[in-house]
Amino acid sequence: MVDFYFGAGALVMILTGLALARLLWGPGPADRMMAAQLLGTGGGAIALLIGTGSGVTAMVDVALLLALLAAFAAVALCAGEPGSKGIHRERIK
Amino acid sequence: MTMFWDAMTIVFVSTGVFFFLAGTVGLLRFPDTLTRLHALTKADTLGFGLIAIGLLPQSADVRVGLKLLVIWLILQFAGACSGQLIAQFEHRSRHSS
Repeated sequence: MVDFYFGAGALVMILTGLALARLLWGPGPADRMMAAQLLGTGGGAIALLIGTGSGVTAMVDVALLLALLAAFAAVALCAGEPGSKGIHRERIK
Repeated sequence: MTMFWDAMTIVFVSTGVFFFLAGTVGLLRFPDTLTRLHALTKADTLGFGLIAIGLLPQSADVRVGLKLLVIWLILQFAGACSGQLIAQFEHRSRHSS
């Protein structure tokens, strides 16, 4: 059963590694942010799987952290847009 | 009884990994940014969600299982919001530039 966790974790790791290719090719910053987002979520999934397989319950916190940071990265992308005043932009255009 | 939980974990975790596969292939192969975003959010919420649900019965005690559910909930909100934000960013940068 433990081998199943490590096998699934290895598979998710390979998939997330492949998804990083989008980081290189991605024409726009949005594509690169998507690869970073998948890295965060995939990393969280790997942390969960390896944590359950090895019995280290602290890995659940690692997964929580990775999932949160990936979300903040997407917010940072949009807040840092050149034409924006951060989050508080007026919607009427 | 544990055989049932193990079987459930195997089924859920493998479907979760399958959605990661689908999302990754979608992220790499789709022609347009917004279609890639569509594939990505599936891999995000469904892949991670199914893996979290699969690992729920295996968690050592209730607190770890609860923490797993909280992570999944946060990821649902975060995935939805960041999907919208990235789509808005893409829409704006495509039309303003």
